[in-house]
Formats: sequence, structure tokens, C-alpha cells
Amino acid sequence: MKILVPLKRVPDPATTIRILADATGIATDNVKWVINPFDEIAIEEALRIKERLKTGEVVLLTIGQSNWQEQLRTGLAMGADRAKLVVNDKPLDTLAIARVIAKIVAEEQPKMVILGKQAIDDDSNQVGQMLAEMLGWPQATFASKIDIDGERCTVVREVDGGLETVAFPLPAVVTTDLRLNEPRYASLPGIMKARKKELKEIPIDSLGVDLTPKLKVKELKAPPKRQAGRKVGSVEELVKLLHDEAKLI
Amino acid sequence: MGDVLVFAEYQHEHFPKSTLVAINAGLEMARKRGAQCTVVVMGENVDALAQTAAKYGAAKVIALEHATLKNYLADAHAQALANLVKSTGAEYVMATATARGKDLMPRLAARMDAPMASDIITINDDGSVIRPMYAGNGMALVEMDGPVKVITVRATAFDAAAESSSPSPVEKVPATIDQGSLKMEFVTFNEIKSDRPQLTEAKIVISGGRGLKSGENFKTVLEPLVDVVGAAMGASRAAVDAGFVPNDLQVGQTGKVVAPDLYVAVGISGAIQHLAGMKDSKVIVAINKDEEAPIFSVADYGLVADLFKAVPEMAEEVRKLKHS
Repeated sequence: MKILVPLKRVPDPATTIRILADATGIATDNVKWVINPFDEIAIEEALRIKERLKTGEVVLLTIGQSNWQEQLRTGLAMGADRAKLVVNDKPLDTLAIARVIAKIVAEEQPKMVILGKQAIDDDSNQVGQMLAEMLGWPQATFASKIDIDGERCTVVREVDGGLETVAFPLPAVVTTDLRLNEPRYASLPGIMKARKKELKEIPIDSLGVDLTPKLKVKELKAPPKRQAGRKVGSVEELVKLLHDEAKLI
Repeated sequence: MGDVLVFAEYQHEHFPKSTLVAINAGLEMARKRGAQCTVVVMGENVDALAQTAAKYGAAKVIALEHATLKNYLADAHAQALANLVKSTGAEYVMATATARGKDLMPRLAARMDAPMASDIITINDDGSVIRPMYAGNGMALVEMDGPVKVITVRATAFDAAAESSSPSPVEKVPATIDQGSLKMEFVTFNEIKSDRPQLTEAKIVISGGRGLKSGENFKTVLEPLVDVVGAAMGASRAAVDAGFVPNDLQVGQTGKVVAPDLYVAVGISGAIQHLAGMKDSKVIVAINKDEEAPIFSVADYGLVADLFKAVPEMAEEVRKLKHS
């Protein structure tokens, strides 16, 4: 079974984000770039499905600049078979990103697309759902368990107040939640092998997809800072303050 | 033009506070755009719910009904809602950024070829919105183009709609759905039952982190305090990742956003991803043995202490207070 995993390059979650003074974006010096953590879970899940079924192919996809190759190589080192990099340097909105992925899906004809539920930079949580609609495919967001039985897929979803199970025929789009799996590290032999795996660059304009953004970020500002309060000396003092002063307990 | 359509989510024939927040945000958008706000309740038979929704001041409530809408499924709901958006000519379609809102609205947006802004916290007079990015490290001013715009609102950023003296008219509309195009099937919902208040609605939230060291300690150390205070229980991502508690309790960038009157962080270091989910709480208390923990930089009251001593002691103090 062929599985497509679209991924995004984001600042490492441990990086301190600094907003530029002219409100145009974030400072990118000293930023360590990584695969979006939820997309890493998606790669891991695709690899596990392939291992379980003992057949198939895991294809990675990203839309970015040439130096995003690094994150694709990391995914290839984890065990993915090949990768595509749609080269782009213009700002894209989520609709355009989903359209580009849909175009690659039309070429590749995967049985499944697995991707992160959200990218931890823009926090939109939209692309998987948009892609599913554009393809006319079923969707299962926030997956914590994926079962495949022939052409049928059952997914347990993490929703408010519990776990929901949905089922549908493949092909489908699934977005990952935290507890789906714990991604493996790339092994040294994996890293060596990844260098020789196919990584194809595709200029975005060659896809013939409408990229005009309908959503624009006009400015990005730092939020107001919360002031630190005071330290208290004991539990007794804390409870007294919460009761007498804050009137909360 | 400019009209607003609000998707009203419900559970067990009841609207949670988060739905009233969406209605209020829809009313605000309509006011600012000089337009009308309609609320839509979707399901198989939603008459009673529509009558309830009619109490909150919308110009109209639509009960959008179809046997296929009995259980929530993204494909059927997106299709039925998109057809309603087309027939009503609404410009803004709004919902709360709950698990369901996040699942449905992007699919609807793609179907309408409409841009979407997620998890907004402010509506400007010109219809532009502000939303957090980078785990709340940046506040983005966002503009959308096109005849339809889709929005989810952050539940903690707007008040719940208040009851109005005159009920809105309710209109029953049969949903238009092409059954042959649907592929998804609802199997089960395993509800996590709890007698505690809901995390996103509670006045007091007490959350535990990796410092609790085990799921067992959540039960024996944290829960007695949670219950004596009457709080909801939350957790950091680290505690969820470690398997101490279910993901449903996760507070933070990739979990739930809460803003209770009182938030108590126990054994939580305060990574930026956690702060993103609780820093708008009115009063924040941090209990941590590491005095350098970043959680203290946002705490109104910080207690540097071993939580395994401090938490039972705090439960005892509160118990004494309640009996005095």
C-alpha cells in the first residue's frame, strides 16, 4: 500500500521564538529547524503500517525551499522510501497547500495520506481536512489508533470528552494526534541509506495550481507579557491568600 | 451580504458553554459588519435544541435536519452545511475551535473554496481577526478575501452569549445531502465519564505535570486536592506523553486552552507550549520544587516546595477552611 506523508519544516519546539520589530514575522537566526512533531508521528505510523502489511511504499512530500531537503532526508533516514520537494518561496495559505498536495496525490495515487493534525508554527489545524474534501475522501482527524483490514480503515479519534471510532473504505486522509505512536530515531545505517534514496525537486509553478492566497497575515506582534507575582512561604500562607485576598477558595 | 452563520455544537441534547461562546462571537461579528447572525443546529431531529438556541439573541435559528446527520461525521456535515451556506448567502461561517469545530470547518472551507482563520481571539470592525501563532508567542492580524470566510473562535477569548428577552424565530430546513458521495461511518463513542467539572468550563483547574512521576500519583496525590476544591483536573503534555493521564486532560498548544478564575500548576515546569494553554487564567498558582522553573514567571502566587508534601497539606488546609 502506498502512503503519502506531507510534512512541514518548523522551528524546534524548544526554540525561543522572537517576533521581528517590524511585525513581519519571526527572527530566523539561531533557529533550529525540525520536522513538525505531529508529521514525525505521521511518518512513524506510515512506516509501521508498511511493516505490518509487509508491503508498500512511504513517500514524503514537502513544500518549501531547497534547504528543506534536510528534513526530508531525516524522514528518509527513519525509513521512508523516497521524497518529493515542491520548491516554493512565496507565502501560501492552507487552501493553496492542500491544492498542491491534492495535485501530488493525483500523480502518486496513494491509498492513504497521513499528516500531522497541526503544524506547531501557524497552529492552523486545517490542511488534512481541506485535502480530504478536495479529494472527496473520508477524513479521520486526531487519530490515536489506525487499523487497516484490506480496503477498510478504522480509526480511533481523540475528541472532546472521550474517544470516537469511525470507519471508511480507503483511500482516506488521516491526521495524527500525540498518542498514536512514539517516532523512532534514524539509525546510522538509515542515515547512510537515506543519502542514496530518491529526492525529487519540483518547481511549484510547473504544477499549474492556483496559489493566490485568500488569507493574508498582515502583521505578527508579540503578545502582552504576564507579570510574575510573588513567592509565598508556605501552604498555609498560599491557602490563606487564595481565600482572603483572591477569594477563590 | 455580511451575514453570519454560526454552527451550534451540542452534546447529549445540551449546548456546552463553548457553543454559547460561538453564538456570542457570531453576534459580535454581525454587529460589527452591520449584518444578521443566524444559528444553525444540525442533526436528525433537533427541534428542542433549536428552541434552546433561540434564547440567545440571534436573528434566526435554523434546525437543519436529515436522518444522515444523526451522528456527527465530517463528510455529511460539511456537505449539508456548505449547501446551507450557499442557499443563505452567508459571508462568515463560525464555530468554536473544539475538536468538532476543528474537524468540520476546514472541510467546509475547502468545499466553499473559502479561506479560514483558526482559533481567533479578536474580531476587528473591518472583519479582520487576530489569532495566536507559534504557541501564542505571536499574535497575527489576519485578513481574508472572498465571498465566504470561515472562522473558529477560541472558547476562552469571548464571553458566552446571554439569554435575550425575545426568542429568535426557528425555521426547520431539510438538509441537502448527496448520500451516494458519503463514505464515512460512525462506529462508537467511548465517553470518559467524570463527576468533575469539564476542563474547559471549570472555574478552578488543577493540573499536574511530569513532577507527579506516575499515573498512580495523579490519583493518590493530586485528585484529593482537585476534589476538595471542586476543580477540574488537567495535565501537561509531558504527563500525557508519559502515559500518566488521558490526552483529553492535556492543557496547552496542542491540547485544550483554558482560562479559569484559578489555575494551579503542580509539578509543571512551564514550557511555552503549556503556557499557551493557560496563561490567560485570572489567577495562576505554581507549586514546583525547582525555583528556576519558568512557570513561576507567569504565576501570581508561587510556592517552591516538594509537591508530595505540599499538595496533601493544601488539601488538608482547604478541608479545614470548608469546615470552619
